[in-house]
Amino acid sequence: MIVEIGHFALIVALMLSLIGAVLPHLGAYRANDRMLAMSDGLAISQFLMAFIAFASLMHAYVTSDFSVLNVATNSHSLKPLLYKIAGTWGNHEGSLLLWVFTLTLFGAAVAVRGKYLPLRFRARVLGIQSALVLGFLLFILFTSNPFERLIPAAIEGNGLNPLLQDPGLVFHPPMLYLGYVGLSIAFSFSIAALIEGEVTPLWARWVRPWTLLAWLLLTGGIALGSWWAYYELGWGGWWFWDPVENASFMPWLVATALLHSAIVVEKRDALKSWTILLSIIAFSFSLVGTFLVRSGIITSVHAFAVDPTRGVFILAFLAIVVGGAFILYAWRAPKLTPSGLFGMVSRESALVLNNILLSTFAGVVLLGTLYPLFYEAFANGRISVGPPFFEYGAIVLMSPLVAALGIGPILAWKRGNISRAFQLTVPALIIGIVAMVLISWQTSGGLIMTGFGLGLALWLVCSITIDIADKIQLLKKPAKAISRLTSIRKAAWGMYLAHTGVAVILLAITISEAWTVEKLTALAPGETTKVGSYDFVFDEIVPIAGPNYSAVRGHFSVFENGAYIATLKPEDRIYTNPVTNTTEAGIHPLLAGDLYAVIGEAAQGGRWSVRLYFKPFISGLWLGSAMMMIGGLLSLTDRRLRVGAPSKRARKGSKTIPNSDTPTIVGAE
Amino acid sequence: MNKGLRTRKRQRMLVVITGLVTLTVAIFLVLFALGSDSLSLFLQPSLVKEKLASGEITYGRRFRLGGLVETGSVETLSDQVTYQFTVTDCAATVPVIFKGLLPDLFRDGQGVVTEGSLREDGVFVADNVLAKHDENYAPPGTLPVNTDACTHPESAGDGYTSDSK
Repeated sequence: MIVEIGHFALIVALMLSLIGAVLPHLGAYRANDRMLAMSDGLAISQFLMAFIAFASLMHAYVTSDFSVLNVATNSHSLKPLLYKIAGTWGNHEGSLLLWVFTLTLFGAAVAVRGKYLPLRFRARVLGIQSALVLGFLLFILFTSNPFERLIPAAIEGNGLNPLLQDPGLVFHPPMLYLGYVGLSIAFSFSIAALIEGEVTPLWARWVRPWTLLAWLLLTGGIALGSWWAYYELGWGGWWFWDPVENASFMPWLVATALLHSAIVVEKRDALKSWTILLSIIAFSFSLVGTFLVRSGIITSVHAFAVDPTRGVFILAFLAIVVGGAFILYAWRAPKLTPSGLFGMVSRESALVLNNILLSTFAGVVLLGTLYPLFYEAFANGRISVGPPFFEYGAIVLMSPLVAALGIGPILAWKRGNISRAFQLTVPALIIGIVAMVLISWQTSGGLIMTGFGLGLALWLVCSITIDIADKIQLLKKPAKAISRLTSIRKAAWGMYLAHTGVAVILLAITISEAWTVEKLTALAPGETTKVGSYDFVFDEIVPIAGPNYSAVRGHFSVFENGAYIATLKPEDRIYTNPVTNTTEAGIHPLLAGDLYAVIGEAAQGGRWSVRLYFKPFISGLWLGSAMMMIGGLLSLTDRRLRVGAPSKRARKGSKTIPNSDTPTIVGAE
Repeated sequence: MNKGLRTRKRQRMLVVITGLVTLTVAIFLVLFALGSDSLSLFLQPSLVKEKLASGEITYGRRFRLGGLVETGSVETLSDQVTYQFTVTDCAATVPVIFKGLLPDLFRDGQGVVTEGSLREDGVFVADNVLAKHDENYAPPGTLPVNTDACTHPESAGDGYTSDSK
């Protein structure tokens, strides 16, 4: 019964989205305010219906209702409750329902939180959002209905892929989806602006918080996924340039660019049509990502069961949304009022450079991801594009970005002073170069990339520090410097933190790539092996029984110079439904690096094959990602971003720094 | 106004030029990278000899070898972390040697994709082995070319996706 309610709610949501997609535009055409005002209610009721549908599917999972095909295929009664809940989105149909649910959630959020938007514009935005909901609901109801009944009901379910039975499944997909789908808001705002034919700084103020929110959730989702792969797959790797990883990385790159270009629109009323274009591209990449994962056109660890009709449907939907958006853009964008001017050396130019590099990199990743498809279509054979290609692209395009990141925030808006910026950052430059040369020389030329990476990261950290010190006039008037710290806006702190996060991630990549120690060997209980400066003692191996698996667990005590540090407990699990082996790495994070152990299979003479690692400073990856997210949050909670709040900018900016070359410190985000 | 227009044009020109330069650099970079090792062919055992003869692959050149693990061919060498097995597409076979932990789903008769290069003695030295993930997922290129020749019960059509030809 509850399942039928869910199914029915989904159909009602389809009707509502159909009305919601048409009514606002009709209302705007007829200048009928009552019609426009209805869009709020429509958006909220779509959300309620999607919520009911999602909740009833979850209910079917929790109660293990095997008369539902989707539950019978993907769940099992012996699964722990947490994974019954998370299992709701651990499959194709359920994950799409989550997509639609988040899509309506963001629509409802605009309806509730967006009261400050002009009615006509808000209605347009919700109209576009409803059209997106409509497309996805059609897709779900016609090709991937999660509520399909199984008659007669199955006695037991097939079980969840054991690789997915992990806390990672609980957080990674929802967060990533919130990020993906959050970009739909920027998209809807842009389309609405194109239809209305007006992009104002106010528009950027509306778009930026939503983009920022989507960006920080996307950052978190990607970081979680990377962390999950790191401890679950047992290869010690954290990024594989898998097509689906790329599918999440491309929207992230474009969203990052969008975040920065929206600042220019807001502050300087420039780069308008480019920003609109970026927001269209960002959401298109979200859709392309969904297409890649769902259509089965590219096979990957993330792919679910393949059904060709789904691929065709998504491709058609993609063509309509993306194609339509680009046509509208080509038609309307030239009519936007011309942008504000800025000099060659200015904050705007630095942000343009940021945009060019980020979007070029997104293009390179796209090419590498799709190249195998083209090759298969036009040449006879199969090919794969490996990590070296992407890494090469990352080095060539992201190094200038990090280098420019040290200078960009120091430049003033409109017309910057490059020689002053260089003067300021000379110490950072020296430190960076010295580190680069020293490390390259110390490792006898073998690790030039290591020196380069470390030098860049140090340069960035130092120039951020110098920038802050300069803003608070630490050297000029040290007495009041500390009190001036409080006058730096939250958004600026957010920027500093997020940029430092970039440096930390770069450090983590460079250090862990260069100095990871790996040992592959077969050990019997009682034996010791040395990994770097650590002694791993294989104490014992014990059989254990989990709720729906059995496993062997190895105990490794780790010592450094005779001092006990930790015990690692890697497992090799055998799940019963379906019968599958999985590896659970034993990890102990230290500040210096992670101790990492994986247990393989039994070898001869009571030995076990094991793989042991010391991965220096690998936690920097997640630390850096967290810094970026916190930076985003800080910026999001900044007062200035709340439209309607009185602008403190003019008053405060001129009061705190009367003699500075840079006119304000508020513009630093 | 006139001057303003000119500067606006100049500004747009600058942005466009920077964009174009970056794009050109990126394209060259891509062409350069695609020519090197980052692009690996995906071959099944019966194609290996053919491509070797035509010079498309050489000893030491990286490629991916996909197929089924021949039943009963998996052996562990004396150091207990090196494995030897045969990859087959039921028409031809290639011996593979791999040092490392085999993936959880690696099994006799199952689909597998290995990454590495051919040694002069015809043994494929793999540094990466990917196995079938679950019933719904098979690494592309592991489905045998001539399914009729396969006598193993777990051959074509069982758990493989329709897109792997």
